[in-house]
Amino acid sequence: MSVRDKRLYLEDLTVSFDGFKALNKLSLYVDPGEMLCIIGPNGAGKTTMMDVITGKTKPDSGTAWFGDGINLLQLSEPAIVAAGIARKFQKPTVFEQLTVFENLELALAGSRSFLKTLRARITPAQHQRIDEVLDIIGLSDHRTSLGRILAHGQKQWLEIGMLLMQNPELLLVDEPVAGMTPHEIERTAELLRSLAGEHSVVVVEHDMAFVRSIAKRVTVLHEGSVIAEGDMDKVQNDSRVREVYLGV
Amino acid sequence: MREKTSKVLGGSLQKDKGGARFLAVLALVAIAVPVLNQLVPASSAAHLSPYGITLIGKYLCYGMLALSVDLIWGYCGILSLGHAAFFSLGGYAMGMYLMRQIGPRGVYGDPILPDFMVFLNYKSLPWFWHGFNHFSFAVIMMILVPALLAGVFGWFAFRSRVTGVYFSIITQALTYALMLAFFRNDMGFGGNNGFTDFKDILGFDLHSDKTRVVLLVITAAMLAVSYIAFRAIVDSRAGRVMRAIRDAESRTRFIGYPVESFKLWIFVFSGIIAGLAGALYVPQIGIINPSEFAPINSIEAVIWVAVGGRGTLYGAIAGAVLVNYAKTYLTGAFPEIWLFVLGAMFVLVTLFLPRGIIGLVTARTKDR
Repeated sequence: MSVRDKRLYLEDLTVSFDGFKALNKLSLYVDPGEMLCIIGPNGAGKTTMMDVITGKTKPDSGTAWFGDGINLLQLSEPAIVAAGIARKFQKPTVFEQLTVFENLELALAGSRSFLKTLRARITPAQHQRIDEVLDIIGLSDHRTSLGRILAHGQKQWLEIGMLLMQNPELLLVDEPVAGMTPHEIERTAELLRSLAGEHSVVVVEHDMAFVRSIAKRVTVLHEGSVIAEGDMDKVQNDSRVREVYLGV
Repeated sequence: MREKTSKVLGGSLQKDKGGARFLAVLALVAIAVPVLNQLVPASSAAHLSPYGITLIGKYLCYGMLALSVDLIWGYCGILSLGHAAFFSLGGYAMGMYLMRQIGPRGVYGDPILPDFMVFLNYKSLPWFWHGFNHFSFAVIMMILVPALLAGVFGWFAFRSRVTGVYFSIITQALTYALMLAFFRNDMGFGGNNGFTDFKDILGFDLHSDKTRVVLLVITAAMLAVSYIAFRAIVDSRAGRVMRAIRDAESRTRFIGYPVESFKLWIFVFSGIIAGLAGALYVPQIGIINPSEFAPINSIEAVIWVAVGGRGTLYGAIAGAVLVNYAKTYLTGAFPEIWLFVLGAMFVLVTLFLPRGIIGLVTARTKDR
């Protein structure tokens, strides 16, 4: 299995904060178009792993490759975004004082420089893309609403929509259903399932029922390393996983 | 499809009713001042005195300073407590030109050296005074020096991700440091006396009413142009990115915008307009000295914006005019209470009117 067949390939990543190893020789990979769920108790290193992939945190050692031989550890945060990695944060952060449409407009793929955005106009093709995404995330009727008046679930979908605007190859989604109603959870699962295939999707989530409903492959993190991997049933029956989660 | 686009994007331009009203008032001032001063006879009660012209001119310059503060604070969330530094540097650049225009008419009659240099035993003009006898060179400096300071200072500050209150504090330190530097006689800027006793600008007598009127009309025109330019910036996609930075900076960075570069550009634009405001201020007021750099001046400019209503541009200008009108009146009638009133105004607006006086007006008409 070569590095090139993988969308994302992390090997032996170690990150320590004041002696505490947030990641301890972490290795994992993601296939193109795959949906991977990552679970693990608090402090397992899930967020730190996301931070390393997106360039927010630099690891002490290890390697991180993306797509066709892109070394993520050498890129800045904006360059990683440009390379095709988009991240959804745990807390929904949409731009509160901008409309749903404007939120998506800012997320459009395209030049990010000040002078270019100063003169930028929306092309008909871009307008169509925004309409498409509004449709996918189910917010077509809210296009002129300000971000701050959206319900919690709608904010999460808008944020996912903003990631889609950039046509990312890899979507990192951090706890998408925390605080959602059962109905919203169902719609989110539907949304994420529809995205896999076209994009690689990595979801970090605590909600087991939700993970079971979307994931084919599950990776369990504990104390900064992978302790189990496989489908949901296999993982749930793994003795180490049971030990970590249940103390059995 | 097209209709939708124009509804969403063009909407903000058509929606700028406050801006249209502001520009109309400004045009009215630019017409009324020459009429009331030049055409209405001095004996009439409606005649506008030179003092009145100077006062209005001063308010307009302060309005321009407030505009520049609102661009970065109201739209980008960067609270600069050092904007008087750019204002003063623009003013000093204009002052240097005006000093060179005095020529041999100074008290000491030196054809080249301004009076304070003769007094301080300068033998020749310091290198950085060369070129300031040309108006065009001085204009370039009025723009370039504040832009350069904003650029260099902003580059270091934003690159190090200095934000929030820390940024405010170092901008305050910046203007304080410049004040101390300009107070020194050996800086070559006239020490604590600064520059004064200006005679003329481009050959026109600064003490004649006609020149004063023309300067005021130019100031009004510059204010209008700055307003329109800033409105274009905040209504562009770049303007939406600025508001995004204000509301969720790291999110904006994560969707790929070079936040530091946006902040730097906006800070530089803002610094340039503040500098031009200072340059227009000096010939009308007739003096520039280091006290213009005083930290309190920058803080006052922020209060104008807060009182008027941040994030609207015209609100900032209205705030500058209102607060300064109050200042003119109160420092004349009850000089000892002015600072208390200023402080109270800031506290009250912060507590009860987060969107300023403009917010109070627009809340009623249910404008956004």
